[in-house]
Amino acid sequence: MSANLKRSNQPIFWLLFGAGGMLSALLGPMLVFITGIAIPLGLIFSPETMSYSHMHAFAHHWIGAGFIWVIVSLFLWHAGHRIFHSLHDVGIHAGTLARIICYGIPLLATVLAARSLIPSLI
Amino acid sequence: MSEIEKIIPIEVLRYRPEQDTEPVLQTFQVPFTDDMSVLQGLQYIKDYLDGSLSFRWSCRMAICGSCGMMVNGIPSLSCKTFLRDYYPVGLRIEALAHFPIERDLVIVMDDFIEKLESIKPYIIPKKPRTLIEGEYLQTPTERDAYEQFSSCINCMLCYAACPQYGLNSKFIGPGIMALLHRYNIDSRDGGKAQRMEMVNAEDGVFDCTAVGYCSKVCPKHVDPGNAVNLNKMESAKDYFLRFVMPKGTGK
Repeated sequence: MSANLKRSNQPIFWLLFGAGGMLSALLGPMLVFITGIAIPLGLIFSPETMSYSHMHAFAHHWIGAGFIWVIVSLFLWHAGHRIFHSLHDVGIHAGTLARIICYGIPLLATVLAARSLIPSLI
Repeated sequence: MSEIEKIIPIEVLRYRPEQDTEPVLQTFQVPFTDDMSVLQGLQYIKDYLDGSLSFRWSCRMAICGSCGMMVNGIPSLSCKTFLRDYYPVGLRIEALAHFPIERDLVIVMDDFIEKLESIKPYIIPKKPRTLIEGEYLQTPTERDAYEQFSSCINCMLCYAACPQYGLNSKFIGPGIMALLHRYNIDSRDGGKAQRMEMVNAEDGVFDCTAVGYCSKVCPKHVDPGNAVNLNKMESAKDYFLRFVMPKGTGK
């Protein structure tokens, strides 16, 4: 064992992963049901619930915008971290490239989502 | 004894560096009774069939942690695993996975021992006490906090079970984390800040992907997977709180 005591930066990614995991476990199935099954089939909600004007108004309120931003970014941070570590599990020894791809996509999506949501609030 | 003598085939992974270029399997036909452990089967082989067979053992009662080996691919204490459960098909015994083989079923455990030393597996008092001040007192509740983790017998079955340790042996690993945690949460201990360096390191706790097989194979019902997970949170706290707490979060 080489005494490599360099502090790992994983806590940042692990916390984002944990937060995303919690959210996706609690809200993921419900969102799939509402957006993918219930609304298109007109179950419980009318098909109009997610019409363009409704969703536009939703994204223009700071709570709605915040919800969309958190869901998009944290779900992706969760997925990126899991994929990164799963690569290692299946024997692909993930290096810098895998790190850039797995954490870069969530970072990019977080920034892009914020950029497109913030103007709608101003 | 009216029982008819039963014979079970035991396949053993041999590696004799002076004659084998790589490990080879050798099968022995071993007579056994229902109360015989796998370890006793190996002892029979050594006493009556092939005296050159090498394996570690000591207490025969799952307390010394010496006789860990792979039994049909599962990390097991051979003293706690019974031949009757493999009759009549037989079983295969191999050296513990993920460790270099020294000879036959004897593995090189230097890596584990070095890691064990590195986490300072002893109580480091918060401040030194003189003899006249008496012993360090602890309530039953304070003791219960770490008791489970103190049951580790250093048998290394969890290392043989851990896929992450198998892929990268620099990873600190499950058993050592359980022991580290045992001392960190001991009310008499003040060494947490020193030990957190191991937890926070790049080869520390975050290499774990929460597979959980470590906790499943533990013969002493320790939950090393839980120790690793608890320390991910400890490490995350340490990572961010060090900016607001100048002396670090270790008490």
